[in-house]
Amino acid sequence: MTATVLWIAVIVASLASVALKWLGYQVPPQLLERPVIARVTGLLPIALLGALLATQTLTSGQAIVLDARVLGVAVAALLLWRRAPFLLVVIAGAAVTALLRLAGMP
Amino acid sequence: MTASTSTALDPAHEIPAIRRRGWSVGLATGLYGISFGALATASGLSLWQAVVLSAVLFSGGSQFALVGVIGGGGGAVGAVLASVLLGIRNTLYGVVLARTLPRGGLRGLLRAHLTIDESTATALSGTTDEARRAGFWAAGVGVWIFWNLFTLIGALAGQHIADPGAWGLDGAAAAAFLALLWPRLASRDLVALAVAAGFVATITTPMLPAGLPVLAAAAVAVVVGLVGASRAHPARAAEGEPGAPDERPATAEAQR
Repeated sequence: MTATVLWIAVIVASLASVALKWLGYQVPPQLLERPVIARVTGLLPIALLGALLATQTLTSGQAIVLDARVLGVAVAALLLWRRAPFLLVVIAGAAVTALLRLAGMP
Repeated sequence: MTASTSTALDPAHEIPAIRRRGWSVGLATGLYGISFGALATASGLSLWQAVVLSAVLFSGGSQFALVGVIGGGGGAVGAVLASVLLGIRNTLYGVVLARTLPRGGLRGLLRAHLTIDESTATALSGTTDEARRAGFWAAGVGVWIFWNLFTLIGALAGQHIADPGAWGLDGAAAAAFLALLWPRLASRDLVALAVAAGFVATITTPMLPAGLPVLAAAAVAVVVGLVGASRAHPARAAEGEPGAPDERPATAEAQR
């Protein structure tokens, strides 16, 4: 791939990304106030966060993988249940995952 | 289950708390930029191409997809397509955030530009519009600054420090998503929805192109919302469905 083609790919993908982000805000507000839509948009964040949590914990590329991250998240859940602050939860998630990997876990 | 309600209910407390969360998320996510910068230069992109992607494209998944396809010997069209597929979920985030963050003008464009997983998730963890806005800006600006800074460092440093896994950063990101989800799990039904969405996203990961599993899981929320709201007007309800281009597998799973 030549440098020019690569630059075109970089620029086209960048502009497409900005356009996709902008597009979501253009949905008319009246549409969002309809009860069914309001209900769906209320549920969407929970589904999106659940999906992001699951894919971040259980997948690597296109593979489903069980590794140190699962225990990192388990410790995070325990800390959240004990009402630990956000930053502590995140640091614990990283520390548990990193230590388990250091100990040889994938 | 409602561990954070005590802080969430106090507005004076919530704004600074959500700002701190946003900046924490920004730093934790931004550190990934090291691996992106390193991977990009290792895949044949120039330093400036890596920098432009982080500054303008600014969506981690899309950037990794683009660089991954190019690094794997794929063509420019395939690389752009993979990147766009991953970016579709940002459209959905805009739909969800539109009420909290009004569109229009330069600020509207800036809001759109900062609409990514982390800023959306942080915004949605707020209980008032004011808190959501504060969370959105803190996480959005925080991620942008650190992501670009560490992209530059990664691109300069090469692949020696390209493994964020060794530092448990992938575990940190997962823990952050859980912490953002936690306060919203106010009922058993909502826990069930989160679990169902996570399940759908996980099992569709091997079969769908990158980026679509999260959208398939979003379709679960759409189905639950439509079924719960009205069985009598499915066609009417489906009109406003914003971004579920591939809801079939999700629908099938949700009904199992």
